[in-house]
Amino acid sequence: MNALKKASHAGNKFAISWANFVIRYKWVVLLLTLALAVGLMSQAKMEFDGDYHVFFSETNPELEAFDALQEKYTKDDNVIIVLAPKNKNIFTRENLMAIEELTKEAWNTPYSSRVDAITNFQYTRAVGDDLYVDDLAYESENKTADEIREIKRVALSEPLLVDRIINRSGSVTAINVTMRLPGEDSATEIPEVTEATRSMISSFQEKYPNFDIYTTGVVPLNTAFFESSQKDLALIGIMMLLVIVVTLLLTKNIFATIATFFVVIFSIASAAGFIGITGIKLTPPSSVFPTMILTLAVADSIHILITMLQKVRREGLSKTGALVESMRLNFMPVFITSLTTVIGFLTMNFGDVPPFWHLGNITAFGMSMAFLYSTTTLPALMAIFPMWRSKKAKTKQTKKGLYSRLGEFVGRNPVPLTIISLAIIGLLTYLASRNEFNDEFVEYFDTSVKFRTDSDFINDTLTGFYNVEFSVGSGESGGINSPAYLNKLNEFESWLTNQPEVVHVNAFSEVARRVNRSMHGDDPTYYKIPETREEAAQYLLLYELSLPFGLDLNNQINVDKSETRLTATVKNLGSVEMVAFAERAEKWLKDNAPEPMHALGVSPTLMFSKLGFRQANSMVKGNIIALILISLVLIFALRSIKLGALSIIPNVAPVLVGFGIWYVYMGTINVGMVIVFGMTLGIIVDDTVHFMSKFLRARRELGYEARQAVIYAFETVGRALVTTTLVLLAGFIVLSTSAFALNSYMARITVIIILSALIIDFILLPALLILFYPEKKNGGMANA
Amino acid sequence: MKLSILFSFIMSMTVLLSAQSPEERGLEIAKLAEAADEGFGSSKVELKMTLKNKNGQTSERFLTNQTLELIEDGDKSLIVFNSPKDVKGTATLTFTHKEGADDQWLYLPALSRVKRIASNNKSGPFVGSEFAYEDLSSQEVEKYTYKFLKEEGPLLYVEQFPVDPKSGYTRRIVVYNKDKGYRQESTEFYDRKNSLLKTLTLSDYTLYKNKFWRASTFVMVNHQSNKETTLEFSDYNFDTDLSDEDFTEAALIRAGS
Repeated sequence: MNALKKASHAGNKFAISWANFVIRYKWVVLLLTLALAVGLMSQAKMEFDGDYHVFFSETNPELEAFDALQEKYTKDDNVIIVLAPKNKNIFTRENLMAIEELTKEAWNTPYSSRVDAITNFQYTRAVGDDLYVDDLAYESENKTADEIREIKRVALSEPLLVDRIINRSGSVTAINVTMRLPGEDSATEIPEVTEATRSMISSFQEKYPNFDIYTTGVVPLNTAFFESSQKDLALIGIMMLLVIVVTLLLTKNIFATIATFFVVIFSIASAAGFIGITGIKLTPPSSVFPTMILTLAVADSIHILITMLQKVRREGLSKTGALVESMRLNFMPVFITSLTTVIGFLTMNFGDVPPFWHLGNITAFGMSMAFLYSTTTLPALMAIFPMWRSKKAKTKQTKKGLYSRLGEFVGRNPVPLTIISLAIIGLLTYLASRNEFNDEFVEYFDTSVKFRTDSDFINDTLTGFYNVEFSVGSGESGGINSPAYLNKLNEFESWLTNQPEVVHVNAFSEVARRVNRSMHGDDPTYYKIPETREEAAQYLLLYELSLPFGLDLNNQINVDKSETRLTATVKNLGSVEMVAFAERAEKWLKDNAPEPMHALGVSPTLMFSKLGFRQANSMVKGNIIALILISLVLIFALRSIKLGALSIIPNVAPVLVGFGIWYVYMGTINVGMVIVFGMTLGIIVDDTVHFMSKFLRARRELGYEARQAVIYAFETVGRALVTTTLVLLAGFIVLSTSAFALNSYMARITVIIILSALIIDFILLPALLILFYPEKKNGGMANA
Repeated sequence: MKLSILFSFIMSMTVLLSAQSPEERGLEIAKLAEAADEGFGSSKVELKMTLKNKNGQTSERFLTNQTLELIEDGDKSLIVFNSPKDVKGTATLTFTHKEGADDQWLYLPALSRVKRIASNNKSGPFVGSEFAYEDLSSQEVEKYTYKFLKEEGPLLYVEQFPVDPKSGYTRRIVVYNKDKGYRQESTEFYDRKNSLLKTLTLSDYTLYKNKFWRASTFVMVNHQSNKETTLEFSDYNFDTDLSDEDFTEAALIRAGS
């Protein structure tokens, strides 16, 4: 005990001499910290990375498999332009001419390698031994009504077009522009494509106002990521305003507000410098860093400022005296809470999703700097600014009653409160376990984002945006022409077509059937797999010779004709259904096809579907480490193993409660919410630290019994806890307005968790403290 | 032949007498190149095609190509596939035309039938390679418009714009070597959005009959997909004395069987 007291004494001494130093050299400290912030800021470089690939680490097996498939065939990034004429009929001369024109224009999109539309569909017709291969609608202005009727008949009975390029009623059609992005700098390539597409569409719309136009595809998805990063970064504006208002309200002091403002600006500038130095490119999840830092940093400053102002206003201390006293009282708590927050954010590195590594590291750095600035710049500025004494010296003494009464209430009923709390926590924990992962990337964006509403329209009227791809091997060079392979592929194709989730299947077996029919004078009975390998190979050779630039089969057949690519387009499925569907298809191949044909389903959709599980699994370790480290920090800070161990309950329970309430609210969670445990742990632990330390001081220094100590803790830190909770809530509520679900859901559940943490710290924690520190003497002092 | 010498003489006189526009100069070079290669009559050559993807995986096919030179219209050619095994004997017969779509027939041994392909599509890849059919077919002067770009030593750079609206290219830049019978050294192809798509490099030239330069290696590199196709020609034979009879449907069936 003596040694510990010494340690605490040493801590106090350090804080006091630190404060005195800062106050004495206030100008030097101010200029040095300013130089540090400006120096770091000069390194700042805000670059964005909108490529959806950023969500996957290099070792992500789903990404590896998908990239391997793209290497084998072609790399397909695309823009799907969907045209819906107001007369609801694609097949009029005017509409076909317009589509033909836009299709031709689409070839000019940067990096485009292929354009698929209804008009340039390569329609093969056989008359005896003559084969005619041509665009389905070419020079539509010269078409007669009969010819247009024929075009309509062909289009609506063509399996390659229906549900992919045209809907069944012929009222909506798509132009699919495939591009081959070099992938060297997504920050320039993607905007380049987007700009070109947007200007192409707007000039088309001007000329043909009778069309409604919708766009989706990989490039628009990337653009939506891009734009939501920028929008979320801009949330800092509102947040800054909010911080000024909140600080002004809480401190009622203009100089305190200015000082806080400097601390947060310096912290954010430093974090921006960190981004520049490390070369991190901002993504939607990491672009919320300024709001995070702002929220967390302001809490540090407010603790120091409120204590200082109280000392001046209530106890009548001099400005410097109050400043030193505030530093003495707050240095350790601010240090510990900053430390736990930094630990919490650093645990994000255990995950498998790079944007969250970045968010964790940027915020951790920003918070470390915030600690530095709150203990240097802040006191230096307060020492420089004049202190205007308030006219009313002692005003709000009555307010005290609320927290004391709460303490007394808990003190009277520790057992029932514990039981009720634990029962509620237990129930919510059970509900929390029933949340399902859902990472549908279209639904990452709320309906205020055009990408989302356009994709929904396309999904409802024409085709799906989600797909699963298989590279089905034959086991030998040229083997894709063997009838055994083709028949099995054909079986797989029809099995897939019959699955309820599937909208469209694009398989090489369809090409084989179609060409076979063409080779036999368009006889429908030959719409089947050719009999021999030679037939299949020679038909394919002929067919390939007839195809024009950009519409070849290279995207479907590999170089040595040993494997083909099959694409199953599916409805908008949740992650669980998506993974289940892919596994069912993989199992079908395993059960029914020879070994070389076994293939794994891959696609960006599937990668996102599995991302939540992957992130959760990899974060388990990180969360356990965070919990152990933070508990150790608490044991050290409180100098009590018992309390450190006890703190696990109020630290872990809010997260369980949060996810339990979330189950009732939404039921599905996304990858952005996986990081919440480590992150909020570092934040909510502050409440516990403050409460427990005051409880301990009451017992050790004042010799109170548990009940009295609890009331003392309520009286001394109750208001401060409510204040910081309000600041944190404000910050995360601002974030929860993001249109991007990874950020808004994360912020919403954090709001719930922070609020739950406060309630738990006010009810369960004191009840537990009373139960675990039974009164030694009889006749407890229910000091009512 | 005499006519063409006279023609080129007149052309070179024109150069001396009047200032030429780049368009005229480009056309003149193309005509000189055509003239320089005129008169080979017919030829036969063995061809090995190697396809290579981004990861270096390769696939080979073997073909025989016979060509009959025509002056009034485009050349006739007959290509027979010798491997892979499952397409062995498949043969194509093409009549290129100076104007309008080419005629093309295909003999399929598996069906024992000749099919005629009526299509304007010449821009697609030839049997999965990086060569489009339009890159390999007979290069008739009428199929392009021209613009002379620059001269570097013996090398003449001429920009060529395809006349066919269905071409996969906006333009190509052909490099001729005027000291070596206007043979082509390399060609750059620009796609429909005018980005560099492919580069063809010709090498290992041999001079046959003291007049006809033939490269034995064609390397086509696709800069956008990073795929590559190599053509290796061997056993050039200019003494086959082929005639129209060797380029008929019957000949096509004979060649394939």
